[in-house]
Amino acid sequence: MTDQTASNPLATPSPNGFLGTLARRSEAVILPLSALLVGFAAFSIFLSLQGKSPTEFFSLTYRAGFGTAFSWQNTLSRTAPLLFAALCVALPARLGLVVIGGEGAIVLGGVAAGAMGVIFTNSSGLIAVPMMVASAIIFGALWIGSVGALRHYRGVNETIASLLMAYIAIALMNHLVEGPLRDPASLNKPSTAPLAENLRVGDIPGWEVHWGLAFGMLSCVLAWVLIDKTTWGFAARIVGGNMRAAQVQGLPVGRLIVGFTALGGALAGLAGFFEVTAVHGAANASLATGYGYTGILIAFLARHNPLAIIPLAILLAGFEASSGLIQRRMDLPDATTLVLQGFVFISILMSDTLYGRFKIFAPERWRST
Amino acid sequence: MEDLGLWVIPLAILGGAIRVSTPFLFVSLGEVLTERSGRINLGLEGTLVFGAMSAYAIAYLTGSPWLGVLAAAAGGALFGLVHGLICSLPRVNDIAVGIAMMILGMGLAFYFGKPYVQPVAPDLPSISFGWWSDIPQVKAALRVNVLFLIGAVLAFAMWWMFRATKVGLIIRVVGDSTDAARAMGLQPALIRTSATAAGGAFAGVGGAYLSLFYPGSWNEGISSGQGLMAVALVIFARWNPIACFGAALLFGGAGALGPTLQSVGVSEGYYLFFAAPYVLTLGVLIVTSSPTRAMTGAPGELSITK
Repeated sequence: MTDQTASNPLATPSPNGFLGTLARRSEAVILPLSALLVGFAAFSIFLSLQGKSPTEFFSLTYRAGFGTAFSWQNTLSRTAPLLFAALCVALPARLGLVVIGGEGAIVLGGVAAGAMGVIFTNSSGLIAVPMMVASAIIFGALWIGSVGALRHYRGVNETIASLLMAYIAIALMNHLVEGPLRDPASLNKPSTAPLAENLRVGDIPGWEVHWGLAFGMLSCVLAWVLIDKTTWGFAARIVGGNMRAAQVQGLPVGRLIVGFTALGGALAGLAGFFEVTAVHGAANASLATGYGYTGILIAFLARHNPLAIIPLAILLAGFEASSGLIQRRMDLPDATTLVLQGFVFISILMSDTLYGRFKIFAPERWRST
Repeated sequence: MEDLGLWVIPLAILGGAIRVSTPFLFVSLGEVLTERSGRINLGLEGTLVFGAMSAYAIAYLTGSPWLGVLAAAAGGALFGLVHGLICSLPRVNDIAVGIAMMILGMGLAFYFGKPYVQPVAPDLPSISFGWWSDIPQVKAALRVNVLFLIGAVLAFAMWWMFRATKVGLIIRVVGDSTDAARAMGLQPALIRTSATAAGGAFAGVGGAYLSLFYPGSWNEGISSGQGLMAVALVIFARWNPIACFGAALLFGGAGALGPTLQSVGVSEGYYLFFAAPYVLTLGVLIVTSSPTRAMTGAPGELSITK
């Protein structure tokens, strides 16, 4: 093929030139975006069959999710936990693991932060806040890291194990906030004692969105650097590509698996910390609202690329932020968002079969027509 | 009435095991059928919830619980068919598709099930095997639902099918080696898709049991991971339908632990007992998995054991 290109360089652009690189790169953008649109189209058909207007649905989503400064604040506040939750899926996924129990690490991280806040309630924020952050990170890392360890050292399927551990984490949280850690003053909704004012994490100045968003985005950028620019990330990608080859090469597969799952868990734990200190003010059942599960979809939509997680998390947060208004205006059940997520998820997974099928994305094959 | 003392607890757990095990039994039988053909369906949790909703809705609208069971089976088969067809595409990850189908199944169930949270649908009938006893606890424990008996019979029938029939052999060949199946002139994709659809129908019936007998109502919290635990249970049962029956009873007993202790007044640590089935499932997975050996009895083409 190289001969043909050399003999007639003017007929087609060089596969290694600007256009070639653009074509190669654009497959990873155009295919997922098309799959997203196909998912939206399928959902629109579903709505039309119910006699509901898809146009109204999407215009309401735009208005309530992205239309005004207030709706942006709402959307971005919900984006923060989704960024962390998606990273908890994307990091292990680079090693070929499907870990879906991030919800468990969010919940436990939140409870750990809430408990630390109660223990250190009279100390200065300079001691208490780092303790809260550390405990959230440690519990999250232990929870998901042990899923990775079980996978590598015992051969336990990580998908099933992580989801089981999410159920166990929620049961533990219910036990703790209804029992040992319960604030007697919380009647309708059992919670830990409310955090002291100096332990609450505030908003990013001028944004009215809590600091979780900034740290979430920073984590995405750092995760991208880790995966794409460091030797650890390179080793992890080799493990994900071919486990046996990685072992033959003498890569520390076990340490990579435990490290990446623990890192994902630590980030999910951090999501719990921000939910408790910036949003709820105490640990309670509001921690388990499904951010972990939406994070799975975001990670798959982003094809486990940490930078792509940022815009997609904002998009899905917008859908969640607008669901209340849509329920009231269009008389739709609250599960509508879940149905939409299901359609989009299936569409994106089906698009996996299309990679490498289109010649336009493969410059080295341009000449052969 | 004589005082049963602490005997109440094992008796209630036995009764609970029979009551709680039925959904585990149906979902795990469905999953055995699917996995023996070489494919995994992690989405049976969604199928279970959708089955529970459709059974309840149809039973309420028609007045017949059996039509509800039929609707649940049909809905489950449809979910299985979609899963099977999507997984037949090259390079599509069957574990991830299972997660997506789980989300879609739960979403659709909650979406269409909203109007049926309030109304009361007719229950499935049960047979009382406790007629010989005067003790109400014994009578309650031995009130066995018809679906449990059907499930038990199905477990033995499926065991016999895999062991002694042509259909069983075909499914096993497809599950063990795609190449061998092709060489025999079989169509692996078609057989896997059919087995996945049939497995989905089983899971749908398991859901019908949840909403039409125990707990016998429809709400969004009807299943909390039973479908997923049943998938794990299949690994524990080594893809053997009769072992699934035993494992379902064991898991049912663990699931009955929390409610039983609560009914005798033990409220301390209620939520921890509620976690017992998940802990048991995880423990069983840890003990029965192995990082080096291929699992005995595992179908060769199964993605989770490769």
